[in-house]
Amino acid sequence: MSNNVNSLLKVSNLAVSFDTVEGSINAVQGIDFELNKGQTLAIIGESGSGKSVTASVIMGILTCPPGRIKSGEIFLNKQDILKLSETDKRELMGNKIAIIFQDTLSHLNPVFTVGAQIAECFEVHKNFTKKESWDKAIKLLDRVKISNPHKRAKDYPHQFSGGQRQRVMIAMALALEPDIIIADEPTTALDVTIQAKILELLAELRDERNMGLILITHDLGIAAEVADKVIVLKNGKIVEKGSLKDVFIKPKHTYTKELMNSIPGKFYQRHKRNDNIETNPILEIKNISKSYDTIACNNVNFKLFRDEIVGIVGESGSGKTTISNLILRLIEPSSGSILYHGRNIFDFDKKELFNFRRKVQIVFQDPYASLNPTMNVFDIISEPWIIHSDFLDKNLHQARISELLTSVGLQPSDSKKYPHEFSGGQRQRIAIARALALNPEIIICDEAVSALDVSIQAQIIKLLKDLRNEFSLSYIFIAHDLPVVKDLADRVIVMKSGEILEEGNVVEVFNNPINSYTIDLLKSSPSIEKLLSN
Amino acid sequence: MRKYLSKRILSSLLAITGLFVMVFFLARLTGDPGHLYLPIDAPVEVRKEFSEKHGFNDPIYIQFGRFLEDLSEGDLGYSLRKERPAIDIVLEAIPVTLSLAAVAMTFALLGAILIGSLAAYKPNGLFDRISRVVSLTAASAPDFWIAITAILIFSVSLGWLPTSGVGGLPYWIMPIGILVIRPLGLLVQVVRGSMITALSSDFVKTARAKGVKEKKVIFKHALRNGLLPVITVAGDQAAAIANGAVIVETIFGWPGIGKLMIDSIMQRDFAVVQASILVTAIVILSINIIIDIAYAILDPRIRHK
Repeated sequence: MSNNVNSLLKVSNLAVSFDTVEGSINAVQGIDFELNKGQTLAIIGESGSGKSVTASVIMGILTCPPGRIKSGEIFLNKQDILKLSETDKRELMGNKIAIIFQDTLSHLNPVFTVGAQIAECFEVHKNFTKKESWDKAIKLLDRVKISNPHKRAKDYPHQFSGGQRQRVMIAMALALEPDIIIADEPTTALDVTIQAKILELLAELRDERNMGLILITHDLGIAAEVADKVIVLKNGKIVEKGSLKDVFIKPKHTYTKELMNSIPGKFYQRHKRNDNIETNPILEIKNISKSYDTIACNNVNFKLFRDEIVGIVGESGSGKTTISNLILRLIEPSSGSILYHGRNIFDFDKKELFNFRRKVQIVFQDPYASLNPTMNVFDIISEPWIIHSDFLDKNLHQARISELLTSVGLQPSDSKKYPHEFSGGQRQRIAIARALALNPEIIICDEAVSALDVSIQAQIIKLLKDLRNEFSLSYIFIAHDLPVVKDLADRVIVMKSGEILEEGNVVEVFNNPINSYTIDLLKSSPSIEKLLSN
Repeated sequence: MRKYLSKRILSSLLAITGLFVMVFFLARLTGDPGHLYLPIDAPVEVRKEFSEKHGFNDPIYIQFGRFLEDLSEGDLGYSLRKERPAIDIVLEAIPVTLSLAAVAMTFALLGAILIGSLAAYKPNGLFDRISRVVSLTAASAPDFWIAITAILIFSVSLGWLPTSGVGGLPYWIMPIGILVIRPLGLLVQVVRGSMITALSSDFVKTARAKGVKEKKVIFKHALRNGLLPVITVAGDQAAAIANGAVIVETIFGWPGIGKLMIDSIMQRDFAVVQASILVTAIVILSINIIIDIAYAILDPRIRHK
């Protein structure tokens, strides 16, 4: 135990493994760190680095088996919590140390009101009456800035927006004024402007109560904005630790350097598009509107040229995906038209539509959900050729698949494998190969890199750029992550509530935004630039 | 919630109407309904008189109108064997079956929740393995065989319980015990499955991280989520018993709807068969509505749709 009076938590030599059928996997391999009062420690790492496992161990919620704590000590309040009995450990959980999870919709119990779920903390630890606990819960909701807390406390999790649910989660963690809060990717699913507010709230509460905050994140920008101390995890080992500035400005380990280089939006490598080749757009979106009960998109206009990447940015509900569905003609517009080489796609007959479908392909966000787990890679990529049977002779399928797999950076031999045998990034490569199968002119990427780790993200962005150069493709790149768009797009469209607020050359929009919302978005987007420029 | 319920009730009413129409035409499918209503050995004059009296010679739409009119007055025909209105006979039998179903399903549900939850708490643990074998056996055991074996053991050999009949607690034990076995076996498996899912859900982690005791984690946080699929299967099972616990009622001589239906079919008492079909259908649809209500109570997401 250290003599540091400010020390809240000290983890030493923690090692965790998972017993699987194929043997034991070492998820965490001997890590040490310390957290002081009023301090924010960021644990940075990509998927599989062991950061969430570490949090689970500290919170005593690691599922054992298959998990197994092999060694280590975790000192909290001068006692090693790994040696405590279940009952004693339960006393601490939620009371002295609390956790905020990432996916709030699944982490809040769907069948209880949020008020009841917050109040439960008091019932568990303080023996408060139902009434006292409920009143406390309302106060907490008010503290995390949920308006009309008396009424909202009686609502269920699904009746809140993502940002509000995260506030509820924070209220729950705060309930008993713990010494330490662990925030496990607390803003990953949220829009940037909401993310900024949540991070601000966390920092505010940390200062107000002199709490220690452990922020687990894969997003270096977030770490740069909130943390004091940083540890970088890779394959369960700490590869680098130190103060925020030391790690970010003078990274020593090659992996940290690699991570820093992968951060999107740092540099421009502008693609020189030859504007003179073609002056007519491939796709022209004209006055298009679509409303359901509410307006999904309203009077949207833009053009897409050959060999061009148009980025569409906006938060949830801005109408980005509606636009993509309209272009794919998966839905019909309320008014307006989309001209493909000058002809309205909504006037196409069955045959014309069939041919048009070849020319426009899509890559989805979640590479785990968008590939059929019962089909192997060969079947996945060749399926478009079975539907468009005149496109490619059956004897040539294998050869073409080998070519496609090679061009997306996979091996021809991968065609016999099934999706579960690949990592997320590799799966996204398969999805891209499938999109390329029919030699499209346009590929719509709907949040195609947002589910991926930064280093993988950088690789996929590079792949998309290379493929564009190789095949003269045009992309519509839909994203909520501004730096990614900055790296990839030629032109950018900023959408909010179904309308285009700003449009222009990507360098101009990012450097000199005109619309106040764009300015707000850019300001909210966490980045390490501020840190680096200091 | 109100909208959700009225929608459900409306669709049930539609189903009942459809059933009325079907029952009406069923009786006329074979030609002269008189053949169905009258005993096989009825003389020609009697048949003629019967047909004229009930207007079976009238055009079909007039007959249908009359059928609906009778129906609206609760007149479902007259039992030729028992010489009483068919509906009275059915209404006497249905409470017997319903009380059997209610008691059996209560035991089956409570037992299944307890056994299934404990099995799900440590999947592949010793308790889970034993309960899996037992529940599978229970779910697939033929009830007539169990009933006869049980009578042989508990009534004939040991003399502990009466062989059949209606009366106090001893008379209930065997029929209920046998009715419980199959639903219990099935429900244990459903509860186990849905509780394994519920217990590995993220919100269970949140509850544990709050310091909630394990008993509460299982029976409060996980159970309420895990109950949804269980309710569906339990409803099916309840409906199956309400539809006539034929074998149990026959073997133990309980005057329930199942026994009544079999007897009426054997005796060609068509009016009673028809009334039984209609009343059981209404009971089953009511069970479905109750399930829908239970669903809405358990899951706010359904309530707010």
